[in-house]
Amino acid sequence: MQLNANIPSGPIEQKWDRQRFENKLVSPANKHKHNIIVVGSGLAGASAAASLAELGYHVQCFCYHDSPRRAHSIAAQGGINAAKNYRNDGDSIYRLFQDTVKGGDFRSREANVYRMAQISLNIIDQCVAQGVPFAREYGGLLDNRSFGGAQVSRTFYARGQTGQQLLLGAYQSLERQIDARQVEMFPRMEMLDLLVIDGRARGIVTRNLITGSIDTFVADAVILATGGYGNVFYLSTNAKHSNATAIWRAFKRSAAFANPCFTQIHPTCIPVTGHYQSKLTLMSESLRNDGRIWVPKEKRDTKSVNQIAEAERDYFLERRYPSYGNLVPRDVASRAVKEVCDAGFGVGKTGLGVYLDFTDAIKSLGADVIRERYGNLFEMYERITNENPYEVPMRIYPAVHYTMGGLWVDYNLMSTIPGLFVLGEANFSDHGANRLGASALMQGLADGYFIIPYTLGNYLATTRLEKVDNGNPVIREVENEINARLTRLLGIRGKRTVDSLHQEVGKLMWDECGMVRNAAGLKHALARIPQVRDEFWHNANILGENDELNQALEKAGRVADFLELAELMCLDALQREESCGSHFREEYQTPDGEAQRDDEHFCYVSAWEYAGTDKQPVLHKERLSFEHVLLTQRSYK
Amino acid sequence: MNLTLHIWRQKNAQTKGKMIRYEARDINSDMSFLEMLDVVNWALIEKGEEPIAFDHDCREGICGSCGMMINGVAHGPQRGTAACQLHMRHFKDGETIFIEPWRSKAFPVIKDLVVDRSAFDRIIQAGGYISVRSGAAPEASTILIRKEVAELAMDAAACIGCGACVAACPNGSASLFTSAKIAHLNLLPQGKPEQKQRVLRMVQVMDEEGFGNCTMHRECEAVCPKEISVNFIARMNREYLVNSLVSP
Repeated sequence: MQLNANIPSGPIEQKWDRQRFENKLVSPANKHKHNIIVVGSGLAGASAAASLAELGYHVQCFCYHDSPRRAHSIAAQGGINAAKNYRNDGDSIYRLFQDTVKGGDFRSREANVYRMAQISLNIIDQCVAQGVPFAREYGGLLDNRSFGGAQVSRTFYARGQTGQQLLLGAYQSLERQIDARQVEMFPRMEMLDLLVIDGRARGIVTRNLITGSIDTFVADAVILATGGYGNVFYLSTNAKHSNATAIWRAFKRSAAFANPCFTQIHPTCIPVTGHYQSKLTLMSESLRNDGRIWVPKEKRDTKSVNQIAEAERDYFLERRYPSYGNLVPRDVASRAVKEVCDAGFGVGKTGLGVYLDFTDAIKSLGADVIRERYGNLFEMYERITNENPYEVPMRIYPAVHYTMGGLWVDYNLMSTIPGLFVLGEANFSDHGANRLGASALMQGLADGYFIIPYTLGNYLATTRLEKVDNGNPVIREVENEINARLTRLLGIRGKRTVDSLHQEVGKLMWDECGMVRNAAGLKHALARIPQVRDEFWHNANILGENDELNQALEKAGRVADFLELAELMCLDALQREESCGSHFREEYQTPDGEAQRDDEHFCYVSAWEYAGTDKQPVLHKERLSFEHVLLTQRSYK
Repeated sequence: MNLTLHIWRQKNAQTKGKMIRYEARDINSDMSFLEMLDVVNWALIEKGEEPIAFDHDCREGICGSCGMMINGVAHGPQRGTAACQLHMRHFKDGETIFIEPWRSKAFPVIKDLVVDRSAFDRIIQAGGYISVRSGAAPEASTILIRKEVAELAMDAAACIGCGACVAACPNGSASLFTSAKIAHLNLLPQGKPEQKQRVLRMVQVMDEEGFGNCTMHRECEAVCPKEISVNFIARMNREYLVNSLVSP
């Protein structure tokens, strides 16, 4: 396997312009002859499907939801970054680029990140034109807020529902193209495999979630925009059905999987209350603009929060990181929270929680301003915890939120399988080892609205594609494999629920491959995961039939894939003998407990190649070079 | 706490359904309503019975997937709350709860509590968008919008498309859903050029999809998890009337 990032030559500011000019174009008269498959209808998928259809391609878009509007991008709360510099506070494309590379702890590609920062400007224009109701100032101009990892105010937002509004913008553009018959939409359809014919991605095989029918769709290119794999951990802020199946099947058809161990643990989530817990709920990072994070100075202080005097409180982020304070990046904040809780200073019944306190902000700004900024988040918190955050500080604890890792892609967002493109969270490209807040929305939309329309055209214009007919033996073979697997799942009829097995592997991953990792723990997980997998295939209980709506069967297929992916994540975490960003190996830390990178040996993207059942995947390395951002130890002090 | 549940079970669209009684044991008051159903389903699977099918995904009240009639009320007893964000502390130990799917001609049942809401997508296809190609947008700061207008548009745009409004309406009307999208777009300067065809066509498709008419029972507003106001329906009716009578 060859990893060629295909980064255009020339100065970083001109690479994307040069690439767009050098790209070959598909004639407008020929675009409709190309059928393009888009899997996923979140920010990346919906924006890609709509944009490609506007250009004249015939698009088939698939999602497992009942409507494309329900993809999990909808849950993003805080905002979207763009280097508009409307605040005159020193922002620029170059600064957003630099903040993102540094925030990712120097494990992302400079050229990709620079392009994303450039495109950030167009995204805001596009979304405003679509009618996204961003927050406004009294003069009618767009408002901004600050987010972690930045010292400028560049985040655009729509209350605490920015993801919802951006997704609805993309969804509406998609629906417009469906009405124009440029897009065929397939809701309640799940991709179960990728068709690779003559070494190129030529289609997908799906299961109709209502009828169970297995169908093949042939195309000239396949775009995966299927999101992240945080649900490996069972408990995460992801939606319940978010899964890795599409990218995992592509991996097994030889798409390289990059940096699987880079998973983001978000510092501000509502703590776990019991074993029945089905998911975790994020409290937007934007809350750290006005909320102050603290724990009591006394261990296991049982006094009620209002009885703890100011002098008895430790504002540990402000103390440790005076220049960024409560706005340090997510990885740094999460680890700091874990450390104080592990040391016995945590609050709440479980001791796994810290306070996020708005008392000072309410005093200085008034409750009305706070309500306007965060009202819906405060309500959501109260609904879940039964505590009023206007009166009692919130309690928060880190939770799995986002995966920086994903399928490896080159500068054109094409995977190692020609004709297979990967967008949004499903790829690995822009966030390195840690994503900054409000950057996921930016990346998803950059990929979908502004990158894939150019790079896909170049692929189609420079590639000769033979017609694939329905009788192609590869199609039968893949369909047979899928049917055999479904039959096998329904035939286990063991004793355990799929959820209990998922919980088991999730707990294992949280303990050994979560916020803090070490070699012994990872080896333990690597020994244990195959046992859980074995237990799954012998003792899971999956009821019902294939030819009906069968949510248990859907879940089982996804969990079976998680049970394989978990192993790859641990392998990747084990080989990376350094700490960087979200990947904190206990063995590699500075004397004051910060992540210790090893640029001499690990300044690369790890890209894993599937080697067959029960064989260890093969590690390939894409070396990263930094010509514009100086490789330094990240400091937010 | 322990609860008695009566839940609608229906194998598929072709088969008749019925209410089945279940006992839910050791339910914790901090659980969400859907977590309570998870626990019921785990027990069913262990007994070898098929779990209850229900739509859900984000479980934080924003994706709009979940929805069920809980004791006859769409999304249950807590105002402004989707079923996934409703917690069991709002129920009493020993209570009996009736759980049914959305009931509406335009939302046929697929299985158990899962219904087909694709009619909503078709209403959006009829004009619930602003026609702007990717890359064709002007610089964002050239469009000025009064803060009050932006806020009102956002109030309308907050709709999650769950369908509770339809389920609660005695006429099975989708007026709250449709009017919220029309208001969101027609209030904004970007939406003005298409406002006429938007309101005419979306209302027409809403009728064609088999939704009933609005006779202002205001049940929709009462159950809407995003508390969207019926004022938007009044706005839609006015725009519909004006645009039906006046040309361009």
